[in-house]
Amino acid sequence: MTRYLLTVNFQPGVVDTPMEEWTPEEITAHLDYYAALRRELLASGEVVQSEVLAGPDVAKVVTSDGIGAPVVTDGPFQEFKEWIAGFQVVDVESEARALEIAAKLSAVPGPGGRATQQPIHVRQVLDGSPSDAAEMETWLEQADGVR
Amino acid sequence: MAGAGGRGPLNVPPEVEGLLRDLAPQVLGTLARRFGDFSTAEDAVQEALLAAATHWSRDGVPANPRGWLTQAATRRMIDAWRSDQAREARERLVAAEPARQDARDEDDTLVVLLLCCHPSLTPASAIALTLRAVGGLTTAEVARAFLVPEPTMAQRISRAKRTVAGERFGLPTSDELPARLRNVRHVLYLMFNEGYTATGGPTLHRAELSDEAIRLTRTLHASRPDEPETTALLALMLLDDARRPARTDATGALVPLPDQDRSRWDRALIAEGTALLDESSGHGVVGEYRLQAAIASLHDHAAHARDTDWPQIVALYGLLEEVTGNPVVTVNRAVATAMADGPRAGLAVLDGVDLPGHRVDAVRAHLHEMAGDVPEALAHYGAAIAGATSIPEREHLVARAARLRASTGG
Repeated sequence: MTRYLLTVNFQPGVVDTPMEEWTPEEITAHLDYYAALRRELLASGEVVQSEVLAGPDVAKVVTSDGIGAPVVTDGPFQEFKEWIAGFQVVDVESEARALEIAAKLSAVPGPGGRATQQPIHVRQVLDGSPSDAAEMETWLEQADGVR
Repeated sequence: MAGAGGRGPLNVPPEVEGLLRDLAPQVLGTLARRFGDFSTAEDAVQEALLAAATHWSRDGVPANPRGWLTQAATRRMIDAWRSDQAREARERLVAAEPARQDARDEDDTLVVLLLCCHPSLTPASAIALTLRAVGGLTTAEVARAFLVPEPTMAQRISRAKRTVAGERFGLPTSDELPARLRNVRHVLYLMFNEGYTATGGPTLHRAELSDEAIRLTRTLHASRPDEPETTALLALMLLDDARRPARTDATGALVPLPDQDRSRWDRALIAEGTALLDESSGHGVVGEYRLQAAIASLHDHAAHARDTDWPQIVALYGLLEEVTGNPVVTVNRAVATAMADGPRAGLAVLDGVDLPGHRVDAVRAHLHEMAGDVPEALAHYGAAIAGATSIPEREHLVARAARLRASTGG
């Protein structure tokens, strides 16, 4: 099993109508789709964590030199559509399965029932160790044996 | 993971914990056969284990512990059925099935193990279900070993139980048994891997998966001592596990084989593993576990890294390659070939290896470094670092590349 971080930002995909201008039925269909997908992933035991983030207005940037008081500012002032809107961590059998889940997220319906095609970013989480004993053997045999 | 917080805040003595975990699959087998409902029986046994842990720790172990557990689990099973709204439907189902024979001679632990390692399950699901139903671990313990939240693991286990719910509870036919045993060995081998490849720090609990895999493989070996590949699998696990005390340093970082303090290897495990390997070699079959065990044994019997019998290891990897067709084995053979015949010979083995990921780059980097070709080595280190998916490996490669750059004034 390998973990993947799936993130979504505020890039609208192929839909340029803001959500507040959708019909109530379209909004319901959109949210129901996410809820059904979430139930599916919970039932399969693949969701490790799933969160939606607060907006840029309450975001902070912290820097510190380790001596004085940390400097806390608003920001960063990047483009709105680049802000991460939410993420989930899934623990799945293969990369193919992670991509399949990402595709389902991207296909969430928008106005007119059309898929929004929001881009989903897929990042593999680093493991604490090699993934199988044969790999481990290679590594142990070669790691420092050649001088 | 046994005992240490396994059954909640209870302080269960290790001998009670050990007894409970040995009895768990036997009692589960009895109930599953009697009532024909593996999933409910499994939940009932878990609850009975918890009750037993409380009572036995306080009042001592009863005269007939297996009978006590069976009775407690049966009561819980009946309670669960009473409260089940689908009770009537289920009773009809049971009534429609032919009467089950109470085949006492069958080893219930083996039957439960075969079911939990059923080929319809993914390896990850099979491992989780095996740890709970055969190993007697709690869901919390299994979740901790796999670094996922408990509800996630609970879902995985209950889905696995639903997948095997329709399977007949009993030994497979003699036609099916060899393939089913092969699957059990594969699952136990992967379970061992999960622990074997774990490094220190937050993955410490995973190391105990190796102990659990060894315990279950011993059980399998005891119930089917005439299976040479089972004997060889147990040998392999013991021969690898013997090096565990020397494989990590005080900070939990992995220590490569040539740098390990061989006086810290476990001689008793090496002796036992070697005896098992000899026993499995008496039979004609040359299986993958026997070949891997033979390689592990050659490492274990080298007094110093420089005494390693690399030509023999090269030959064994060659056979293993034929048996498994796994390109990772070819990469291992390349490393062994470099040690036996020099880095150029090793690099030649890598030509034409089709393996995605950073592994081939990492090995090429090492072999070019060994050959004194610094620019090539650095280029491959860079590619391997960019593609690495494991933290300790990446840190190792970064350190290695930095050292090479510094030593050559690059």
